[in-house]
Amino acid sequence: MNWKMWALKKSVWVFHVNCGACNNCDIEIVNLLTPKFDVERFGIKLVGSPRHADALLVTGAGTRQAAVRLREVYRQTAKPCVVFCMGACACGMGIFEGAYHIAGPIDKIVKEVDPNAIVAYVPGCPPKPEAMISGVVKALAAI
Amino acid sequence: MKQEELDKRLLEVEGQLIGIERTAANRVYLLCESENVYPICLFLFDTLALRFVISTGVDAEHCFEVLHHFTDDACGCMVTVKAFIRDRESPEIESITPLIAGAEWIEREMHDILGIKFRNHPNLKRLILNDDWPEGVYPLRKEVQR
Amino acid sequence: MQEEMEFFQLTVDGEIVTDIDVRISYNHRGIEKLSEGLQFDQVPFLVSRICGICSASHPLAYVQAVEEIAQVEVPDRARYVRTIINELERIHSHLLWVGLGGHFIGYDTVFMWAWKYREPVLDLLEEITGNRNNYGNVKVGGCREDIPDELVPKIQQELDALEKKTEMLTKAVLDDPVLHARLKGVGILTKDDAVQFAVTGPTARGSGVDIDVRHDDPYAAYSDLDWKVISQPEGDVFAKAVVRLLETLEAVKMIREALKKLPKGPVAVEVKEIPPGEGCGHAEAPRGETFHYVRSDGGNRPVRHKVRAPSYVNVPSFKASCIGESIADVTITLAAVDPCYSCTERMAVVDSRKQVIHDYEGLLRLSREKTARLKKEIGAPEMKLEDI
Repeated sequence: MNWKMWALKKSVWVFHVNCGACNNCDIEIVNLLTPKFDVERFGIKLVGSPRHADALLVTGAGTRQAAVRLREVYRQTAKPCVVFCMGACACGMGIFEGAYHIAGPIDKIVKEVDPNAIVAYVPGCPPKPEAMISGVVKALAAI
Repeated sequence: MKQEELDKRLLEVEGQLIGIERTAANRVYLLCESENVYPICLFLFDTLALRFVISTGVDAEHCFEVLHHFTDDACGCMVTVKAFIRDRESPEIESITPLIAGAEWIEREMHDILGIKFRNHPNLKRLILNDDWPEGVYPLRKEVQR
Repeated sequence: MQEEMEFFQLTVDGEIVTDIDVRISYNHRGIEKLSEGLQFDQVPFLVSRICGICSASHPLAYVQAVEEIAQVEVPDRARYVRTIINELERIHSHLLWVGLGGHFIGYDTVFMWAWKYREPVLDLLEEITGNRNNYGNVKVGGCREDIPDELVPKIQQELDALEKKTEMLTKAVLDDPVLHARLKGVGILTKDDAVQFAVTGPTARGSGVDIDVRHDDPYAAYSDLDWKVISQPEGDVFAKAVVRLLETLEAVKMIREALKKLPKGPVAVEVKEIPPGEGCGHAEAPRGETFHYVRSDGGNRPVRHKVRAPSYVNVPSFKASCIGESIADVTITLAAVDPCYSCTERMAVVDSRKQVIHDYEGLLRLSREKTARLKKEIGAPEMKLEDI
């Protein structure tokens, strides 16, 4: 494993992208920072720009308008990076399958830019914060 | 105002309506042709001081309908103006945005998803469909499949 | 290389905002069309996911519209259960807002504190309905789940603890001189503009327009409870904060009373068919009036389902409350309308050539710097929030 990947697994900086989510997953992601869950003790930090991120936390089914932005954000994110699909919508469109304004799901949109993208899935509606932490930790251990 | 007084005052625009329907004591529908929608809304908003809630565009098989929903918070009565646009080929209706700033977005939305044109709308540009969405495809029309 | 154009584009003259352009579409999922393809009893699951934090109010407004068409009377116990769930949602939604508001102006202790103390409310909702959010607790004809009697003492205990904490927070906010200086007179939405833009909820009640669906067109059990509509006349961010804090305390009282009066009996009646017709259902979500219009032709699915979330009318009022404000105040002015959290992330200030001169991070920093400056000028002590 190269040193970049080792550094990523030690302390992962994440950038949150909302691609048409109802906000439940987004709120649970922000909840991770609050005292009850406190992910900073795992070295997980929320950053303000994709250029500083090791991982993208993507929520939402991927609306057509947001898909454009997601592709751009993915291009700008430093590689190597992991794309976490948080929530049922991001994993597979969920209840929004077949809707006219959805371009998703997220892995399809990201793989249009990079067919070899590393994608991890955390299902749930919304996934509980414990599930999100577990998902991130497990995925990083598996890489 | 009280329900009884509201019911009485609504009759002042009866001449411009083609009917009044009541599905419950506090749910009134004022039916009209699209040409009369502005003066009726003016009466409800300015004269009776009802609150604008939102508008609904409907693709009813033989025509388009634009429903402007108002409410009288004093008695909890919802008064909906149901305007019929008979021309299905190029549906048009007067905009109520010059009267109510809060109607701007919903008229733009109805234009996006149903293709109804709002005359005299100050800013009738795309609102909720994405930039690449093809012109002329109106997702909420019945002919468009999901 | 420049980021893609964001949600809110603010044009400025020096430090003052002169115009706003809003591009929405990122969240458009075509829910109204999806609804036409679902059966009446499947729709509540869809509309619960319109907005995560109004996920009790949307399904309630929808089922009320359908119950109006079918002329169904839900059992008394169902009306009370619906009220309790919705007021619990109001509490955790308002606490979320207080936390975010604190974060935007640099009061991160308030943020951490408020979000810590919304957790017990989410845990309660999970015990009652099975999920922290997206409860899935209403259906046409009543509720899907009942509140088990064994749980009532626990709810009352949590409410007592929550009330103490919220009272402490309210007092701390109302007394803090830096917050007064920072939020009073900021982002004023006049009463006239509130009416013109047809705003609802705390956005309206903070501008002296004392409308509240729970009072004006009572639904669920609200007409059986003793409570009052909270409003403030000033129209600024401070007024809206006060409205939300006092509403949280009022919600605690309402839940207590509803639990005491909780009638025995079933929580649902069976509804077999929806006849042709149309219905209007509305509910007071934490953000304001949520309105659903449903039309049926006697079949299994809605022929038309119109959804209006409160933010749809509240967010455009940002035009009236934000023009003329300084860019250090735009994040908190928009936040005062309480749009979906993600909406506030999508903001940028551009110059006349559409070049981004401040992105969201920059605007957040300016907002927090203004608070720090005021704190220094006034020389006030740090806000103390005890851990009860």
